[in-house]
Parts: sequence; C-alpha cells; structure tokens
Amino acid sequence: MFLVPAGIPFVAFVLWPLIHGVALGFFDVQLRETRFIGLENYRRLIGDETFWAAVRNTCGFVVLVVPTVWVLSLGISALVFPMGRWARSFFRFAFYVPVVAGGVCLAMVWLWIFDQRYGLLNHVTGSLLGLEIDWLGRTDTALPSLAVVVISWSLGQPIIIFLAALGGISPELYEAARIDGAGPLRRFWHVTLPMLRPASLFVLVTQTIGVFQVFVVVLLLTVNGGPAHGTRTIVYGMYETAFTPMYDFDYAAAQGSVLLVALGTIAILQFRLLGRETRLD
Amino acid sequence: MPGESHAPKSSTRLAGLGRCVAWVVLLVAATAAILPLYWMTTGSLKLQSDAMKTPPEWFPENPTLANYEKLFGGEDGGAWEGRRPAARWLLNSLLVAASISFSAVLTSALAGYALGKLSFPGRAIAFWLVVATMMLPRQVSLIPLYLLVVGFDWMDSYPGLIAPFLCYPFGIFLVRQFMMQVPDELLAAARIDGAGPWRVFWHIVLPMSRPALGAVAIFSFMGAWNEYLWQLIVTNRPEMYTLPVGVSKLVSTLSEFDLGLAMAGATVAFLPMLAVFVMFQKYFVQGVSVGALKG
Repeated sequence: MFLVPAGIPFVAFVLWPLIHGVALGFFDVQLRETRFIGLENYRRLIGDETFWAAVRNTCGFVVLVVPTVWVLSLGISALVFPMGRWARSFFRFAFYVPVVAGGVCLAMVWLWIFDQRYGLLNHVTGSLLGLEIDWLGRTDTALPSLAVVVISWSLGQPIIIFLAALGGISPELYEAARIDGAGPLRRFWHVTLPMLRPASLFVLVTQTIGVFQVFVVVLLLTVNGGPAHGTRTIVYGMYETAFTPMYDFDYAAAQGSVLLVALGTIAILQFRLLGRETRLD
Repeated sequence: MPGESHAPKSSTRLAGLGRCVAWVVLLVAATAAILPLYWMTTGSLKLQSDAMKTPPEWFPENPTLANYEKLFGGEDGGAWEGRRPAARWLLNSLLVAASISFSAVLTSALAGYALGKLSFPGRAIAFWLVVATMMLPRQVSLIPLYLLVVGFDWMDSYPGLIAPFLCYPFGIFLVRQFMMQVPDELLAAARIDGAGPWRVFWHIVLPMSRPALGAVAIFSFMGAWNEYLWQLIVTNRPEMYTLPVGVSKLVSTLSEFDLGLAMAGATVAFLPMLAVFVMFQKYFVQGVSVGALKG
C-alpha cells in the first residue's frame, strides 16, 4: 500500500522507459511500422566514425576530469579539515556554490570567459604570455577547456564527502603515528589515505558516472560537437541523432545502450570493490 | 638545553607558516571557483559596450539594470516582444521544481518506509531495482519518455515537464537508508499499543526521518531547477521554456551574443537557487554525506 504512490510513477516513468530504451536499439522505428532488425544498429555503430569520436572524447573527459577532481578535492579537504568548524563550513560553501549554480548558468559565463576577443582568459594570457587563443575553436584546446569547466563545478560534492570522512578517522591513529615519529606527510600517506579509501572509491565512481554523461558544456560551448567532432560525447551524439532533424530514435537508443553497459559495468565493479568495506544494509 | 627548547619553537613557527600557506592556497582556489559567478553577476549590470571593453572592468563602472529590463520587458527581444518571457520562465521553473520536489518527498517517504521497515514479498527485488535505476544513466530512457510524452500529447505542458521526475530513486534510497536506523523496538512498542502501520509511519517514522526528507526535498528541487536536456526536448514554445532553456536560447536565437543580457538571464536562474542553498545548507551537507557514507 505504501508502495503504490511511488510504484506507479517508478514503473511508468523510470523502469519501463529504461527497458524500452534498451529494446528500441534492436528495432527500426518508422512512422508507420516498427521492425525488428536485431544487431543492425550496433553494426552501424561500429562503422560510425562520429560515434567513435564521441567514445574517445567521453573517455578523454573521464581521464582529464576524474583524477583532477579527486586530487583537488582530497587536497583541499585535507588542508581545510584542521582549520576548525568555521573555516570548514566557509570553504564547503564556497566550493559548493558552483554546483548549485548549475550547468547552463556556468556555461553562459564560460562562453564569455573563453571568447577569443572579449574573454577574460585571453586578456590574462594575452597580457602575461602574449597568447591569444581561440580556446573553444581549436582541436587541441577545445576538449581541455570544457574539462576545466566540468572540473570547476565538480568539486563541491567530493569535498563534503572527504570532510565528513576525515571527521570519522580516530585521532588516536594520528597520535600513534606521531609517537612512531611520522611527520605530517607520512601521516597523510600512511593514515589518512588508507582510511579514506571507501570515500575515495565512492568519489571516483560517482565522478566517473557523472562525467560519462557530459552534455551541457558540449551543446552550449561548442558548435555541432566541436571542431572536427573534437568535443562531442556519447550523450551529445544521442541528442543529435534523436532530436535534431535526423530523428533517428532507434539508432540513438543503441548509443544509449552502449552508455548503459559501460556505466552498469562501473556500478558492478564499485559494489565488488566497496562491498568488502561498507555494506549496504 | 637551549637546543632542546629551540626545536619545538621552530617547529611551531614552521607549522604557523604552513597554516598561512594553506590559507593562501585555499583562498586562491575558492576565488577561482567563485570567480565565474562573480563575473556573471557583475556582467549582468554592464552594457554591451562596457562588457566588451579591454582591459575588462573588474567592477562595473556604470552599473545599469537595462539588461534586466530587456529580459523581463522583452522590448528589444525580437520574437518575444512585449511578452515578458523571463518572468514566465521563472514561474515555469518554480512551478516545475516545486512540484517535483513535493512529489519526490511524498513518494520517497512512503517507499523508503516500505523498503526499510515493512516486510513483504519482493522487497529485496524492489530495493535492488531502485538502486540499479539510481546508478544507471537516465539518458537511456530519454527517447521512450519522449515518445510517451508525445503519445499523451504532453509536449509544451507542465505534465510533460514534471511527470518523468515524480519518482526519485535516489530519494527512496536515501530515506530507506535513514529509516533503517530507526530502532525496530520503537516500532514494535507502538504496534503493541495498537498503532497500525499508517500511524506508526505518521507519528514515529516520519518525524524521525525529517533530515533525510529535507535532503530529498532540496536535491530534487535543485535537480529540477538545473535540469536541462529534458526541458529542452519537451518545450518548443517560448512561453513553456524554463529558465535554463530560455537562458540558453538567448544566445542561440539572438544574432549577436548580447553578453549583458545572457548574464542577466543566468543571474536570474542562479539567485533563487543560491537563496535556497543558503537557507538549507545543513540539508545539502547531510544529504551528500548520508548518501555517500551510509551507502
């Protein structure tokens, strides 16, 4: 009885669309009829250069963003934690504000910051290094530029998690390490890092899942998936396939299924890895 | 002897220096994180000519509300002339986010209670379905949801914007994890006193899980407020745009990038969410850490 109010929308708008989305990939959807075509869409994907560009770029985002976010948020948290309550809530606030602002607002500003003629970035690099770069229009700078934007709004959540996890480490461990003659760096390496392993894993996995779904920056900051398809991601490719005049729903659904399999694998790995350390029940 | 007393002193001095360096590093990083938002807010007060100035104005020298007048009045807005589009977008965003948040709290509370505290056949399967859908990318259901909305004739309507988010799997998970901590003895005692499952839910479980429900309300509100892809797909008419969609179209529709106008739109989208965040900061922190550490 308690399940009914949640169960109906869950099945209708969450579970069924998910199953339907996977199923669509095996069909050919036309206006009048829908025909089962088996793996035809997937065969087409294998030969599709733009899809491979999307896969490469998505992995590129993961490689650039996830380790950077981990290192930065861990470093910031480790510096903030000993400073006491006030500093902790101040910095937690400062780094979470971009999360609250959301992708579209920040994309608008970054579009201006990266602008070749009127942008803040070229003003700074221009006056310091004499460099004026078309950041979003060059194949070698477009993807890293977008990665910076994604990093800038990804730090808030991991910092909250690391600060909470740091609070859970018993001070006696540090005391024992100090008695053994370990300096601050060795204490960080041998006490803090191992104790933060579950939190780190959680951050790495949630960030990876999040970055796999990068879309807003690609659509709003670059034109048609970037110079030479240099920034298009899997989700952007899906959007373009299904909702620009191509309207190729089943082919887009097949791309979505590839994403599903990739993220499903990561989720399963997470449970395998975390399962030993934290239990769900 | 003097050597011994010297050693701790230099090490405290070193620690003091380290603390200073840490503060400087952190303040620089925090400034970098906030700078785009500062640039956006101040940029919204600049005329196009001031926004394009080199060197850039770090502080607007001739602050003006002209961009906001344009945004809400639509005088120069071309297709939206006289239709006050931004006011409507703000209303749409508020309505959509508030409905989604309300529904998420309701459904998460009920389902979280059922999955956490009641026993019924299929409970384990139901819980794993929730966890699985929480972790899997929603984009997979994008096209079926779109076909569903088209089928119901819900394009350009509030039901179309709201329905896919009525149930919030992460919220169910969060509340369920929280309710697991309510001691069973308490519920058993209430049951012995003759309270049925609804009374136990209403009088004991619900008040105790207020922090989790607060987090669900906040996160679902923020998710809906900042949602983009779905709102972009189901709205075609400018009156039905939400703030993110409307703001993004300011750039693609106008022939020239009107910096001040775009920044004004982004600021209008940002400030209400900032206010919510400042008021309910506690719940944000709780929600993030409960979701992570208890999970």
